[in-house]
Amino acid sequence: MTTLPPVSVPEERLDEGPPGRWLGRPTPRLDDEPLLRGSAWFVDDLAPWPGLAEVAIVRAPLAHARLLGVETAAARQMPGVLGVLTGSDLERFLRPLPSVLSEAIPYRPIALDRVRYVGEPVAVVVATDRYRAEDAAEAVELDLDPLPAVPSAHAALDPTLPPLHEGLPNNVASDRTLRYGDPDAAFAQAELVVRARFQQPRSICTPLECFGVLCRTDPVSGDVEAWSNFQGPFSLQVVAAQALGIPPAKLHLRTPEHSGGSFGTKAAVYPLVVLLAACSRALGGRPLKYLEDRREHLMAATAAGERLSEVQAAFSAEGRLLALRLDLVDDVGAYVRAPEPATLYRMHPCLTGAYQVAHLEARCRVVLTNRCPTGLNRGYGGPQLYLALERTMAIAARRLGLDPAELARRNLVPPAAMPYTTASGGRYDSGDYPAVLALALERFDWAGKRARARAARAEGRLVGVGLACVVEPSVSNMGYVDLASPPEVRARRPAKSGNVEGVSLAMLPDGTVQLRTTTTPQGQAHATVLALVVAEALGVDPRQVQVRAGADTAVGPWSISSGNYSSRFAAVAAGAAWQAASALADQLRRLAAQDLGCHPEQVLLADGHARLVDDPERDVPLRRLAGRAHWDPASLPPGVRPGLSLTHHLAIPDLPAPDAQDRANGSATYGFLCDLCEVEVDRGTGRLEILDYLSVHDAGRILHPVLAEGQVHGGLAQGIGMACFEQLAFDPDGQPLSTTFLDYLCPTAPEVPEARTVFVESPSPLTPLGAKGLGEGTTMSAPAALANAVADALEVEEVPFPLTPEALWRVVHGAEG
Amino acid sequence: MKPPPLRLLRPASPTEACALLAEAGDAGRALAGGQSLVPLLNLRLAAPEVLVDLNPLTELATLACGTGALRVGAMVRQRTLERDPLVRRRLPALPAALAHVGHLATRNRGTIGGSLAHADPAAELPLVAVALGATVELLGPKGPREVPAAELATGFLSTCLEPGELLVACTFPLLGPTEGAGFAEAAPRAGDFALAAACCRLGLDPEGRVAAATVAVGALGPTVQVVPEAAQVLLGSPPGPARFAEAGALVGASDRLDPPASLHASPPYRRHLARLVVEEALAEAARAAQAARNGSPSREDRREEEHGA
Repeated sequence: MTTLPPVSVPEERLDEGPPGRWLGRPTPRLDDEPLLRGSAWFVDDLAPWPGLAEVAIVRAPLAHARLLGVETAAARQMPGVLGVLTGSDLERFLRPLPSVLSEAIPYRPIALDRVRYVGEPVAVVVATDRYRAEDAAEAVELDLDPLPAVPSAHAALDPTLPPLHEGLPNNVASDRTLRYGDPDAAFAQAELVVRARFQQPRSICTPLECFGVLCRTDPVSGDVEAWSNFQGPFSLQVVAAQALGIPPAKLHLRTPEHSGGSFGTKAAVYPLVVLLAACSRALGGRPLKYLEDRREHLMAATAAGERLSEVQAAFSAEGRLLALRLDLVDDVGAYVRAPEPATLYRMHPCLTGAYQVAHLEARCRVVLTNRCPTGLNRGYGGPQLYLALERTMAIAARRLGLDPAELARRNLVPPAAMPYTTASGGRYDSGDYPAVLALALERFDWAGKRARARAARAEGRLVGVGLACVVEPSVSNMGYVDLASPPEVRARRPAKSGNVEGVSLAMLPDGTVQLRTTTTPQGQAHATVLALVVAEALGVDPRQVQVRAGADTAVGPWSISSGNYSSRFAAVAAGAAWQAASALADQLRRLAAQDLGCHPEQVLLADGHARLVDDPERDVPLRRLAGRAHWDPASLPPGVRPGLSLTHHLAIPDLPAPDAQDRANGSATYGFLCDLCEVEVDRGTGRLEILDYLSVHDAGRILHPVLAEGQVHGGLAQGIGMACFEQLAFDPDGQPLSTTFLDYLCPTAPEVPEARTVFVESPSPLTPLGAKGLGEGTTMSAPAALANAVADALEVEEVPFPLTPEALWRVVHGAEG
Repeated sequence: MKPPPLRLLRPASPTEACALLAEAGDAGRALAGGQSLVPLLNLRLAAPEVLVDLNPLTELATLACGTGALRVGAMVRQRTLERDPLVRRRLPALPAALAHVGHLATRNRGTIGGSLAHADPAAELPLVAVALGATVELLGPKGPREVPAAELATGFLSTCLEPGELLVACTFPLLGPTEGAGFAEAAPRAGDFALAAACCRLGLDPEGRVAAATVAVGALGPTVQVVPEAAQVLLGSPPGPARFAEAGALVGASDRLDPPASLHASPPYRRHLARLVVEEALAEAARAAQAARNGSPSREDRREEEHGA
């Protein structure tokens, strides 16, 4: 790969954040025309090969049972059926999907002799169309011998229940206690110790479009061609290839240009790619299509796991947070599907939140339950951590007789400490947290609202205010999940670290710019931002930049960490595009200098022209330079590559593998946000009304203010969902109860208030454009801020979660006797 | 989520529809707006072999307001009824309840007859039909017959419709000059099925005392429940919060209720909500009755004026 010169962004832009010609301005989205006109292609629209057959999956009806037999004879006779495949038919084409945790928990995309969650695939019906496939799926008969189910995280901790997997002594798959500093000494000298327990149910982010896979396996070579609305990380492509027993280069995976949302969930589609590839191979290479339906999605796709947390927080008399002890139990379901158990460790560098705390102890347990395997969901560990941490801070403030904002202020990492290394190894790269808090308090009128809430309560109304301070990590270090293994085990394996993003950029002979990325957008308008970034660097109109954002592992540019997750786009994808475009700009300046008879540094690129800085009347159109690079390579000056094309990969510095003391900088960059809200609980119905919501973000440099605001509103909607409505419920036998949108309640427009957003920009010194991620912060903060406001309104320390009307009504009812 | 194999039949007349349904017997279902039936088919919770499509039958989609009654054809879309200016003026409790039925998109498609014949106890239309004393018209192999709305549902998702019978219209009596009706419901989110819903009707005597009252609730048992003892306590006194609370308490504690346990509400909580929605619906009914008696515009009329409708 060509080494690129370091990219210099003008200082004043970084420090003061004035918009560029394009970046930082509320320009219109460029992605939307095909979406609005209905001409965009999604996974269900694809028909890449003739003879495509459709697939229905027969799924386990019990949460835990021995699978004694699968009777497929009747189904095979049904009209239109081309094949019915069971685990034993497919076993020879499949290896267990590799896991970071334990080989004693083999995970296959189809059950062999035991089912471990409702919805686990047990057979695949292939037919001429999905209707007939579903008809035949009903005719497949299962011989099941029920086993006791482990339906909850609590049950998973019960040593008397049988282990889900033969190779394990119980259902605790991993149990690590990590210590930093001297927590025992800090607790010994504490004036106040707050101890609080939290339980968060399973939830799922419910994209509009469910999972989809199209697949064909060459029967001779075993090469696989697949299309899927997979979202990355592409490390999972490698995992999928290993499960098929082929080198990753033989698994040609493509994603459509458009995807109907993901919010993390579509990282979990890859086992279905493996399953369909195996089925295609078993059927002599027949191309197959599988489109998951909503019931399957809610039942068996993925989920944010149940989290049990216990927090102990040691405070000095002045309210200094001296030390934290956390006991975290994370339910990953029946198998540890990669990248799990990452939910438990994603927030590890931020376990002390936005506060300066030197002493920390964290017991981290990964437990197995008879439920669908968990995976990425917006916030990914953040809502779970901050509900526990920020509720604990609010309880402490109450016990100390302090305004929660004052307690936060006394403990926030001060700007002078930046870059700040947390006890567990996180490197908070920039920001003035106290200033963001102060701005938020002022904009919200926190003091006034707090006093008015108190007055309203004196009159019998249940009004309260809540605060949450959140550090939002973005751009995951691919090595952090290795914290699940002890240092001595990690030492035996190849290390993993960093986060790589690639981009390919070319200027065509007519001056059009083509950019190819692997960011698998799902509606976030990546094409808009990338076009603006390139336009900014090259001095062209963004509409002259064609962006191709669908991934194609046969074309690239991809790497292990490619994809759309951990809010990495603005920092690394836009950053890599900026660096690549800057390198291309350098080539154009050299070309122009030859024409204009000057030094390349005297050339300015603007409005589609290269101009002499001192004499802007002297210019040359970029398309003429581009034409020369393609038509007349003999004329090119030294240092200019023919074809004006380059592929560039970026890796953010300072993201090493976890060290021997279990310190890990789990993410490349860290934003900060402060959410304030005012709520009222209806005394009659228990219904929660959000009266006001303010979210103040410092996500570094904002590349596009409208898109950034959209991320905050969307993050808030999903945070409100987690806090107030959403819950994947199970009965004591592990039967999922929320398998349609009648029972799984997501907030809709009337349930989401109009929130106010404010951005403060302290650019990251580590990312090329100074940008940090911001897609998940409000999902992390909203449950905590809302729970704190409800606790204030009800004047209680223990609040139920989620904050459903009946649960709140019971608190009010109990309090009133 | 694909339906099992079925035959979709398109009759040319209501009579033919009845004949087709009669021929299909238990294996046949009428398809109206499809907003409940089609999801049930796709989930394979219902597996009729024959669907008789009523959508081509425009004669079932008529709306007529006579001197004393509003006759709504079975295939009138919920949204049509909700927006009808005459209905909004003459029977405002109906559009008030319809605003809670599903979402705009489902109301554009969902029909009056479909909702009544589906007989979901948590649905709004069966409740309003019972509370307002509506009558449904059935057409069957033995000819037409009329059934009081209160007798239509015989259990959870079950009706008195005989094989081959079709619900063709529902007639709502208009309210008298000193009558008012009110609707209220509690639901987890806008557009959800109710956890508890109430529709109440009050008639006032010349002195402004309650002379007639109906209190009906939905979502609190296998069918809509009328609670006469709650209505009884209102009679003879001017309407007011204390009496409404008394009526609400009687409903909440009534043996007639058998609230189902669900993910989103326990039976005790539903009984509590029943009290609240009854109080709210009674208050609205009283406001409407007093407004009617004073000849002043109802709340619906005012809202229409505000919207320039």
